[in-house]
Amino acid sequence: MKHITALKNSLLISFWFMFLTFPIMVIRVNTIENVVEWRWMNMLYVGFGSFVLSFVWRYLISRKEAGVKQAAAADTPSKRLTERLLTDSAFYRPVQIMAAVFFLAFPLIFSTYQINIMTTALMYVMLGLGLNIVVGLAGLLDLGYVAFYAVGAYSYALLNHHFGLGFWAILPVGAILGALFGILLGFPVLRLRGDYLAIVTLGFGEIIRLILENWNEFSFGPSGIANIDRPGFFNIDLSLEQVTVYLYYLVIGLCLFTMVVVNRLKDSRIGRAWVALREDEIACQAMGIDKTKTKLTAFALGATWAGMAGVVFAAKTTFVNPASFTFMESAMFLSIVVLGGMGSITGVIIGAMILILTPEYLRAFSSYRMLLFGAVMVLMMVFRPQGIIAGVRRMYHFPVKQSEKGIGGS
Amino acid sequence: MENVLDIKHLSMHFGGLKAVDQVSLTVKRREIVALIGPNGAGKTTLFNCITGIYEPTLGDIFISPPGGGQKRINGKKVNEITERGLARTFQNIRLFQNMSVLENVMIGRHCRAKAGILGAILKDKKTREEEQDIIERSYAILKKLGLDAYVNELAKNLPYGAQRRLEIARAMATDPFLLLLDEPAAGMNPQETRELDALIVRLREEENISILLIEHDMKLVMSLSDRISVMDYGQMIAEGEPAEIRQNSKVIKAYLGEDFHA
Amino acid sequence: MDYFLELLIGGLTRGSIYALIALGYTMVYGIIELINFAHGEIYMIGAFTALIIASVLTMAGMSGLSVLILASVVAVIYASAYGFTVEKIAYKPLRQAQRLSPLISAIGMSIFLQNYVLIAQTSDFLPFPSLLPELPFMDAYAQFMGSSELIIVATTAVMTIILTLFIKFTKMGKAMRATAQDRNMAMLLGVNVNRVISNTFIIGSALAAVGGILIASHIGRINFYIGFIAGIKAFTAAVLGGIGSIPGAVLGGLILGWTESFATGYVSSDYEDVFAFALLVLILIFRPAGLLGKSTVQKV
Repeated sequence: MKHITALKNSLLISFWFMFLTFPIMVIRVNTIENVVEWRWMNMLYVGFGSFVLSFVWRYLISRKEAGVKQAAAADTPSKRLTERLLTDSAFYRPVQIMAAVFFLAFPLIFSTYQINIMTTALMYVMLGLGLNIVVGLAGLLDLGYVAFYAVGAYSYALLNHHFGLGFWAILPVGAILGALFGILLGFPVLRLRGDYLAIVTLGFGEIIRLILENWNEFSFGPSGIANIDRPGFFNIDLSLEQVTVYLYYLVIGLCLFTMVVVNRLKDSRIGRAWVALREDEIACQAMGIDKTKTKLTAFALGATWAGMAGVVFAAKTTFVNPASFTFMESAMFLSIVVLGGMGSITGVIIGAMILILTPEYLRAFSSYRMLLFGAVMVLMMVFRPQGIIAGVRRMYHFPVKQSEKGIGGS
Repeated sequence: MENVLDIKHLSMHFGGLKAVDQVSLTVKRREIVALIGPNGAGKTTLFNCITGIYEPTLGDIFISPPGGGQKRINGKKVNEITERGLARTFQNIRLFQNMSVLENVMIGRHCRAKAGILGAILKDKKTREEEQDIIERSYAILKKLGLDAYVNELAKNLPYGAQRRLEIARAMATDPFLLLLDEPAAGMNPQETRELDALIVRLREEENISILLIEHDMKLVMSLSDRISVMDYGQMIAEGEPAEIRQNSKVIKAYLGEDFHA
Repeated sequence: MDYFLELLIGGLTRGSIYALIALGYTMVYGIIELINFAHGEIYMIGAFTALIIASVLTMAGMSGLSVLILASVVAVIYASAYGFTVEKIAYKPLRQAQRLSPLISAIGMSIFLQNYVLIAQTSDFLPFPSLLPELPFMDAYAQFMGSSELIIVATTAVMTIILTLFIKFTKMGKAMRATAQDRNMAMLLGVNVNRVISNTFIIGSALAAVGGILIASHIGRINFYIGFIAGIKAFTAAVLGGIGSIPGAVLGGLILGWTESFATGYVSSDYEDVFAFALLVLILIFRPAGLLGKSTVQKV
């Protein structure tokens, strides 16, 4: 009986989606030549696809509901396993070492083309980790993160174009400018509620892009800036292939640097304040934490990485124009964080790898890239809001002797 | 004895509603004062005024921290007031749900520590020592409140009574001289309430603090408090020692229908 | 003076469209406190559906008012169906979730729908047939206001009035207001909250589709991306007027329309969108409750 109702529901859903997608998926009009193209096959695909997916959907929903009940009752073994994978060094050390070896040896094994793609993916790791400070730890939904990326990229492009300044000189400048813009935007908007904050940051991102597009005297408008210098390497001329490898290791270095810094911040006094702020603003203030200052540091520190990644981007592509800094980039960064796991460093790395590499390697997917990002955001929120890898809080261990200390005395 | 908290003619208006109306209240050093009154009498609003969540419409709030000197704290920011030595708990538990129990308490130490961004990134000696100090003190507080078994548990997974105690632990971590408890016994069973009673007295004795609490459990209030203030419709209708309050006809009227034997 | 009048009418027309879309934002926000990012996409899908149906009908030999009516009806039905479905998939499972979750889900839905239309249809701008009839009596005023402008303004006015009456006097309208006040209480009083929410999405989406058809006819071309910018602007309008308030949405739409119209007319047309965003940022900072909204005291 249960199966028959399920079947009936799925059939209904299937018909509903066939109806729903009919004009957009089936009909295509060419208004210039006055012909209508009827793509009836699409209707079949939609019908079949939604029929199957409705079963998957139902199964996942029921599992999620069961999961909630289970978690309320007791720790499940599977949770313990994932926790152990992340917290027990006997489990994660080998994986870490293998990953390290893989990434270090990557340029030796793969072609320039592959190295380029991997470099891009690693840049997104950096960006994801930076955004993770703002969204994952501090719980501030920033939809204009791309603005800071643009600030970094344009600061290198412009300073290089006008004054011939090199990559290494501008890298810290980009980081600082990113942070400054973070503070500049942060001051007015941080007292806004979560959803308003999201839309104002989105507006800010668009304003920056529109200014870059229209202020020709400053930014060279839509045509952008070309012939930006690649990073120098002790004044030695490198061939294009060597530069690619050099850039790869450079980005690896920056990624490691980001990981170390973000990891340290996460478990520091400041990182705890971010998380507390995310959890409950009022209680957080009542514990003596300055809300504005804490949010500003999150914003500024998040923006720093975007600024830095922007400099790297300009140096890598040797060309910047406003079209590289649309809202879709911000959406991409956000889906990396959401897929990987808000607040989790490992998660963000995995998220960036999946979302950047999948469309690159599965060519068939590449035009579905943004569709995939959108779907990832919805599905992750519905079924696994904590992401592939949930952020874990640090464990503290106490030998017995410490317990003698009183509250007042030190 | 010295007043650590001195509220003079305080009013809080929301539009036409006078949620708190010309209320005066004092708490002396090492005193436990209870604030009672029917639901909607304005007790929590008064708490919110004291702790800076609302800015009072009229009147003054003075505090006298142990260091000496009296300060007016009207309109100060919430976190500034906590820094000055007032800490509170919330009626509807507001823990940092997805942080561990220890971290919840560590957050309370935030305003007594200094480590900045650079310290966090570089992990220099001073920062490490400070962090270690935060951890040890927080653990000591947990131990004192009997929560040490839960150290690494997420706050949301704690049993209800333990969550209430964790709220107190968190507030204690800010080193307050005055602790404000908003219905600390709400939802507790008699056994837990008795333990809470002992705990509050012990905190006063060991930490030398004053306590102002809102509570509906009359048995707890009568056994615990040195003095009781009674609010009704935003006004202070009575004030005195438990024995006096029990006899007060205004109070009995305000509580009409409720049993009043402690 | 003529130039001023031209900008005034232009702003009024623009503002009317923003108002129509803003109504959907405001209603949804009023009921489930969610910025429905996908709302702009519903408007875009409404316009696309109208274009597709109108083209098919025209090629089948129909013409005139019947094309407009049929295409509009189908577009409104489809937009409502999309709104309904989006709510069921992306928001309903998240009612109990933390605040950020439905917001992220909404953004995801918006991106998904944009790219769905992009892939299934085209990334190019499509010429949109002028479906709106020419009104002969408007000839005398053609200098200031064309027929389509008058129709847009009049339709918005009629729609707003109907919506206001609906919310004030019908049973469903009352249920909506009750749910907006206090969802749990409404549920206890026997209001079918799920149905109220679904209806809110359906009505909001229908209004957006009407806006989509009107503006597409007026401007004459559409692509998959029109919903994004229009969505943010309509949201600005809703916030400007005070989110949750229906007259506020209309007022906000008009103010935004005029701001854009005059700013592009007198200052610079390059920064058209910047004016809207700047206005949004300014309102949220200085008057987050909007012009007609009430600021609320947070309960502790």
